[in-house]
Amino acid sequence: MRAPSAREAGLGEVLLAVENVSLAFGGVRALIDVSFDIRKGEIRAIIGPNGAGKTSMLNVINGFYQPRSGRIVFKGEPRTAMRPYAAAHGGIARTFQNLALFRGMTTLDNIMAGRALKMHRGLFWQLIRYGPALKEEVEHRRRVEEIIDFLEIAPIRKIPVGRLPYGLQKRVELGRALAMEPDLLLLDEPMAGMNLEEKEDMSRFILDVNHQYGTTIALIEHDMGVVMDLSDRVVVLDYGQKIADASPDEVKCDKNVVRAYLGEPHGTSV
Amino acid sequence: MVLHMAAGRNVISTGVVLDTLPKLLIHNADAIGSRPAIRHKDLGIWRTWTWAEMLDEVRAFSVGLAALGLKRDDKFSIIGNNRPRLYWAICAGQALGAVPVPVYADAVADEMAYVLAHAEVTCAIAEDQEQVDKILAVSDRLPRLAHIVYDEPRGLQDYDDRRLIGVAELQRLGRNALAADAECLARWQAGVAAGKGSDLSVILYTSGTTGRSKGVMLSYDNVIISARNGNAFDRLGADENVIAYLPMAWVGDHVLSYVQSYVAGYCVNCPETPDTVVQDRREIGTTYAFAPPRVYENLLTLTMVRMADASPLKRKLFEFFLAVARRWGEKILNGETVPLAARLLYGIGDFLVYAPLKNQFGLSRIRVGYTAGEAIGPEIFRFYRALGLNLKQLYGQTEASVYVTAQPDGEIYADTVGQASPGVEVKISASGEVLYRSPGVFVGYYKDPEKTAEVRTADGWVHTGDAGFFDPKTGHLRIVDRAKDVGRLKDGTLFAPKYIENKLKFYPNIREAVAVGAGRDFVCAMVNIDLTAVGSWAERNNVVYGSYQELAGHPLVYDMIAGHIDEVNRSLAEEEVMAGAQIRRFLVLHKELDADDGELTRTQKLRRGMITQRYAALVEALYSGATTADVSTEVTFEDGHTGTITARVEIRDARTYAARAAAVERAA
Repeated sequence: MRAPSAREAGLGEVLLAVENVSLAFGGVRALIDVSFDIRKGEIRAIIGPNGAGKTSMLNVINGFYQPRSGRIVFKGEPRTAMRPYAAAHGGIARTFQNLALFRGMTTLDNIMAGRALKMHRGLFWQLIRYGPALKEEVEHRRRVEEIIDFLEIAPIRKIPVGRLPYGLQKRVELGRALAMEPDLLLLDEPMAGMNLEEKEDMSRFILDVNHQYGTTIALIEHDMGVVMDLSDRVVVLDYGQKIADASPDEVKCDKNVVRAYLGEPHGTSV
Repeated sequence: MVLHMAAGRNVISTGVVLDTLPKLLIHNADAIGSRPAIRHKDLGIWRTWTWAEMLDEVRAFSVGLAALGLKRDDKFSIIGNNRPRLYWAICAGQALGAVPVPVYADAVADEMAYVLAHAEVTCAIAEDQEQVDKILAVSDRLPRLAHIVYDEPRGLQDYDDRRLIGVAELQRLGRNALAADAECLARWQAGVAAGKGSDLSVILYTSGTTGRSKGVMLSYDNVIISARNGNAFDRLGADENVIAYLPMAWVGDHVLSYVQSYVAGYCVNCPETPDTVVQDRREIGTTYAFAPPRVYENLLTLTMVRMADASPLKRKLFEFFLAVARRWGEKILNGETVPLAARLLYGIGDFLVYAPLKNQFGLSRIRVGYTAGEAIGPEIFRFYRALGLNLKQLYGQTEASVYVTAQPDGEIYADTVGQASPGVEVKISASGEVLYRSPGVFVGYYKDPEKTAEVRTADGWVHTGDAGFFDPKTGHLRIVDRAKDVGRLKDGTLFAPKYIENKLKFYPNIREAVAVGAGRDFVCAMVNIDLTAVGSWAERNNVVYGSYQELAGHPLVYDMIAGHIDEVNRSLAEEEVMAGAQIRRFLVLHKELDADDGELTRTQKLRRGMITQRYAALVEALYSGATTADVSTEVTFEDGHTGTITARVEIRDARTYAARAAAVERAA
């Protein structure tokens, strides 16, 4: 009944490529010579056991960390070091493993904050809120209201996010990232700490974002069921190294992946 | 424009009889075209359509439906929450002579299939993807269904079912047809003019506390004359604002948010989502309301929970002035003589507590509020009246186009439902059953003449199925209970379950209660806790719980409920007739009673037969003297699949009081 997704239609062009990236903190090698790509319109999952380097990878992609070697090619432009501001301007938005919302501000204001980069009038005009600045704000508010409608959070529009349950805060954070109208959306464990119903809701929203806005999504997730259902392709990290890069079904059967998750078999070989 | 009243109809000087809703719409667009007719909050903003604009929308919709092939006497269905386009759909179909069949939006697919198949619906107008999916899931049982029209396109872009079309697209078709061909408008107007008051206007399926739902057929005369009488009774005019949030398939919403609005010309406001009603109501400031007791119970619970979390000073203030209100508020509202000091104190209370509270409820501007659908507990009723809200009781039925009796202003007695509404005759049969006859009396049950004959006598009296009597002091009608439900204990003591349940439900911690006892030795109660209230209490008292079931079975929760039951017994003991029906044993149910499981009707009334059957093991244990009982029940989840919940439920004894002892104890 649905139109074919990227999965069936074949893959689009490369939106972002990670090429031979290595990262170290002192003597700890977080990423070792990792290469993979993210293609336009797909949902790309990055999985791996704890400490595999998944979040470090996301931080490299959006310029929060500088890789020791290797480079990132985003929209055809190679960069050795992406700056967070440049990443945001270039169309990369993200959510965080441990929420990073303005807790005292309302849902609406938090999502409006996501539009900051798109405001063109200076601070002065925004403060007096008159004329062109007002017009601009009205337009931004309309886009934000569409996101609120999309994520079904109208009932909490005016509630400070600090008072919201965790699952809803996650949704607000997704809303703020969407407000940037990103080309690439990075989601760091969007389902962590959620109950089954919240996970189902969030999965639906992620698929809808991908489907309706055509946003490319890279996500880190621990829930294997979620990963297998949502993603088109999966890259697996272990101890900073890439050990697999394939479709969800292939990854599930991959010997190296199974070993990384379940540990080395002892005694007799399989 | 001069209006004459003739045989209960408005006749304009031009000679057009306003006896159908499409005719009323055209009339309103002409007479009060620039006044607001309907509002909808969308993307955070209230959008308004005037009567003239609404006529334009409805007409385009209607011509579009005609293009799909909808014609006179066809049945079409409306499925979804209250939205302007769904209300327009009703009128758009009626303009063609087709008959709308609204369906409860939260009905599971199977229930929906029954109604759509029984009514032989050819076209369904659905709110969104959720409703469309439900229809598609059962469409193999609906061979006559040819078109599905949807309002909200989200998620539906990729469906390739040929029966699907969006409202916007349909209206575009209609507008194009109207623009292309001058005859088209004339044909449409002729179609409207061909409608008569005696035509079938709507089929409303009653939720039914027993068995499958029945399709109540109402004519235009039924609903319009009833609405006109209702408007006159409460002096409702074009300035009213109502909020439409109750199920569109309920006769109360159909008459209040549709027919009465068309007759009086007032504005109907559709909330943003079902979860934002309280905020939306505050923004609109409704002047007229109509709600089942559950709505008022929930508001009260919410208030009590929030007061429990307030600072001690605020709480003290609240309690003090609430006591003042209980003592004097109703007397002031009824216009009785009250000492000056009390008036002053009440005035201060109004400034500090009542007015802000009413504002929170969104009821600051309310002129008339009705509670209908079932009996409200007198304690809850008095609470709202004490705050100065003109809350009144109304007794009505789908079969009566709502109005049977209503309380006139200034003559409010909490335990009665008022006098016969204008144009209605009420009498009590020899067996104590309430009967009525009125212009609103329904045409019949759809495809069920046998049942119709059972309920309506040859000379037009309708059996309500409720037992009642006229209060000798006030002359107002008192409803005792569903006639079927009123029973006697083994020793002959009168047992009216609803009466006991309403006393229990006054406590915010108790959401629902089921009293059993007919033909037994004594009365027992099964109680549902209110998760909001008890959850908040648990937080304040460091009671840890992982699920509803765990909280419901917590010993401290049992202690709390035991306290409530103790108070109820004490109050029952003070009443001569009810003293013998005190609750001896009780338990707290492990799951919430739910309409999806068939335990409640879609309007949240108990289906006793179903409940005692499903929980037979618990009922047995209540009477066998056991202290625990095991129960396993099948539950239906919102997506339609089923599972089983098993639990061990504790049973406790309650303290009872001798009829006289209670009175003495209170005096001491």
